[in-house]
Amino acid sequence: MLIRVLLAAILAGVGAGVFATAAQSLRVTPLILEAETYENAGGAGHAHGHDRGAADATQSAAQTAETEEEEWAPADGLERTFFTLMANAVVGAGFALVVTAAILLTGQTVTLTSGLVWGLAGFVVFVLAPGFGLPPELPGTEAADLALRQTWWLATVLATAGGLAILYYRRQPMWIAAALVLIAAPHLYGAPQPAEHEALAPAHLAVEFAIASIATGFVYWLFLGGLLGFVLDRAMRAEAGHTEAVA
Amino acid sequence: MLAQQKIAVAQMDGVRLDGTKRITTAVFAAALGIFFVYSTAFSHSTTLHNAAHDTRHAIATPCH
Repeated sequence: MLIRVLLAAILAGVGAGVFATAAQSLRVTPLILEAETYENAGGAGHAHGHDRGAADATQSAAQTAETEEEEWAPADGLERTFFTLMANAVVGAGFALVVTAAILLTGQTVTLTSGLVWGLAGFVVFVLAPGFGLPPELPGTEAADLALRQTWWLATVLATAGGLAILYYRRQPMWIAAALVLIAAPHLYGAPQPAEHEALAPAHLAVEFAIASIATGFVYWLFLGGLLGFVLDRAMRAEAGHTEAVA
Repeated sequence: MLAQQKIAVAQMDGVRLDGTKRITTAVFAAALGIFFVYSTAFSHSTTLHNAAHDTRHAIATPCH
């Protein structure tokens, strides 16, 4: 096991998570909080309620109070930001490890510059392609079944990554056509959609959020890729030196 | 013998690591990475969901 390589990946991912928390605090997080004011006023917490009459409102408020007692959630403010930071760090480490696995499996060399290219690929695979069918959504937006959307998300990520890999390794027209079909397939099949599209927050907030989220994702993935390339280069040199010394 | 000893080939544009260690590390990194992303962004546990709520929305992984 190349421990230095694993530690370098985790370090880069955690660094990207800290960066993400700062980047999200500019536009993304404020928009989530603003959308929640509509959600708390008009809906029932995370129940995605809509078309609720006045009679329902009292009942849903009672339900919300009940759910809040049962389900733990971080308190708004510092505690919530802390948990978001932790979650961003863990997700960052996860993404960095997955990209590192791809770099190791392909046997590629990596530097800061080629790390940026991996970051760009990560953006296309993990943000752009799934976002094309399932755009970033504010809290309080009607959506299809969670498990269905997660399955579609995963299938799209795998198909896009597979398609990009084929495009990189194979130049014959048949392979290129197969890669394009693979990338397009999840979108031709279509992402799971709710019976009717409804949102508690106004449409302009949803548009601002989708753009802010994708733009932040772009900067985030470039940062993650560049940092990962930089630290992996160091780690791989150290591993190579160590291996040579042992041999 | 020399080829075996020269497990790692240093290059100007980064280092290429060879051998089974590279593959086992890749498999372990993939498994650990998927576990990290799954537990934060995909778990159906309410507690994990609430803790990572803003992250899930920010990176547009399917949320509640």
